[in-house]
Amino acid sequence: MAKSPEQQHPTKAFGWAATDPSGVLSPFKFSRRATGEKDVRFKVLYCGICHSDLHMVKNEWGSSTYPLVPGHEIVGIVTEVGSKVEKLKVGDKVGVGCMVGACHSCDNCANDLENYCPKMILTYGATYYDGTTTYGGYSDVMVAEERYVVRFPDNLPLDAGAPLLCAGITVYSPLQHFGFTKPGMHIGVVGLGGLGHVAVKFAKAFGVKVTVISTSPSKKKEATEHLGADSFLVSRDPDQMQAALGTMDGIIDTVSAVHPLFPLIGLLKSHGKLVMVGAPDRPLELPIFPLLMGRKIVAGSCIGGMKETQEMIDFAGKHNITADVEVISIDYVNTAMERLQKADVRYRFVIDIGNTLKAA
Amino acid sequence: MAKSPQEEHPQKAFGWAARDPSGILSPFHFSRRENSPDDVTVRVLFCGVCHTDLHSIKNDWGFTRYPIIPGHEFTGIVTKLGKNVKKFKLGDKVGVGVMVGSCRSCESCKQGLENYCPKMMFAYNSIYHDGTKNYGGYSNMVVVDQHFVLRFPDNLPLAAGAPLLCAGITVYSPMKYYGMTQAGKHLGVSGLGGLGHVAVKIGKAFGHKVTIISASPNKKDDAIKRLGADAFLLSTDPTKMKAALGTMDYIIDTVAAVHPLGPLLGLLKVNGKLITLGLPEKPLELPIFPLVLGRKLVGGSNIGSTKETQEMLEFCAKHNITADIEMIRMDYINTAMERLAKSDVRYRFVIDVAGSLSE
Repeated sequence: MAKSPEQQHPTKAFGWAATDPSGVLSPFKFSRRATGEKDVRFKVLYCGICHSDLHMVKNEWGSSTYPLVPGHEIVGIVTEVGSKVEKLKVGDKVGVGCMVGACHSCDNCANDLENYCPKMILTYGATYYDGTTTYGGYSDVMVAEERYVVRFPDNLPLDAGAPLLCAGITVYSPLQHFGFTKPGMHIGVVGLGGLGHVAVKFAKAFGVKVTVISTSPSKKKEATEHLGADSFLVSRDPDQMQAALGTMDGIIDTVSAVHPLFPLIGLLKSHGKLVMVGAPDRPLELPIFPLLMGRKIVAGSCIGGMKETQEMIDFAGKHNITADVEVISIDYVNTAMERLQKADVRYRFVIDIGNTLKAA
Repeated sequence: MAKSPQEEHPQKAFGWAARDPSGILSPFHFSRRENSPDDVTVRVLFCGVCHTDLHSIKNDWGFTRYPIIPGHEFTGIVTKLGKNVKKFKLGDKVGVGVMVGSCRSCESCKQGLENYCPKMMFAYNSIYHDGTKNYGGYSNMVVVDQHFVLRFPDNLPLAAGAPLLCAGITVYSPMKYYGMTQAGKHLGVSGLGGLGHVAVKIGKAFGHKVTIISASPNKKDDAIKRLGADAFLLSTDPTKMKAALGTMDYIIDTVAAVHPLGPLLGLLKVNGKLITLGLPEKPLELPIFPLVLGRKLVGGSNIGSTKETQEMLEFCAKHNITADIEMIRMDYINTAMERLAKSDVRYRFVIDVAGSLSE
């Protein structure tokens, strides 16, 4: 006897949802749980559009259930806190990223790596502890356990800061974990989109030399003059790639389309590491000889734990790092999705929820 | 005006070589360079048969220079010293592995990682500093720069210890580099051959729980009862593989044939590491989702440095680790290669070179 989304919980909520794999979003009435003792409730002001949102509304990973309210780069102002909430109060500027729950008893959770908990609960499209579906940030209000809410430093703008909650942590975590932060290192960033452009900014803030590796020569000026990359490598140019062989300590690969690893492995110095943060849906060819001959590594990374997400936001605040965003109204969201499909955005759409999402 | 192998150098030598991609080995007269001030002459007593020798004689990887004398796991006695040689004296028991030279001036060499020198020279098939081709240990004597000669600890047998010079260091080095020296972890060893069986022994010596992952059910008894593995996982059994998901901290993958990496990645815990050591002829398929969702990694490794190889020999001597070998005469080598191609050996052939190599 399943309750309708509107009746499931005691407080009204409103958002835009996809109702089928066409992925088209439209107004949707639902409800949020009452603010529990560990919960933080906030009025959503902005929500970034992540490429994952696009994959999910179209059920490209086969895991989507409808209706689906996407959005996991959610920022706003706290309106209510539960009795056991310690670090946040009403009026605080906060954000929620890709996760809203985990088991809190496994080794990963104990090590502040909720993102690797086998029972990690995604912000949208997943099943919460109470058996109900989680709905994301293309909505007017959000309720989440304090553990999964980060405080935004005062100087970090909410609209341009929202994408840090997914794109930001997704590149910050591996930059730290794989040790790509030592001044003097040379780090490559493959792909210049939502993830890639933030990776360049963080890497520069760590003091490393950054080369953007891209199939599009047209992005060079942007990369070097606007984002501060030290150089730009066109991956389809064999001469440029040859000249760059064995020059990089690490590479962050943000590309989610299927693409060859061999040329990237060649760019690494011996003992270099290629870290995948985009996830192509088909296996890639791994050439074994170069991996062995240079003791090189191919690794993956997925967002980050909550402790390091807060650390990342604080770091961004200190270094004035935000995403380059195109702020849109909620009515534009379907057009934005079409443009995102063609990578036609510099570099993240952010929905102005506070001003444009109004219940009918 | 290239000189013949017999005339190239002043010191006569004899071994068995393959002359074409059939890989058939037969008697071969050639010559060795005169000892430079840093060179040591090793009279070869024993030489292990590595799967790489098989790949090389058949030109599986496309870069074999015929005629080729393989052999990069050889032990023997020092019989001649160049005038600057201080490390060894006549009669010393020594071993030589995969490397016999490097540039000695690049970053890798300066850091003591000669195995990652872009100009590293292999015991056979490579071109040496003097422009001539190296011939390996399936021969009566080898002249080697003292830097690349290892001292064999007294209690390490020369025959059963020979395979450590490639198989041993090939698994020991990545175990150190990828952090497996901290005891109490769960190590999976994929493939139970020359490399795999040594990996089990060294893994146990490091204090790990060791599970062998293999497609051959008939290897189970040996694995557990004789090698001391804690468990045996049949990779062709979907129920057993499912039950083992997310249980291993590391996997050393020694399989040389093309094989799927997905199932091995699934066996790893979060932050788990899959170390691939086999050299398949084609690239392997790597599914990315499991890497990303579990922050897992696939890493390579190539033998070890000379310092590490010496350390590994001392470690094995201390823990009484040797290879399980089948001793053969030189004239059995072609049959041995056929059997090796079918993995029909427990677990390394070792040629009794001194006892059976006659002109």
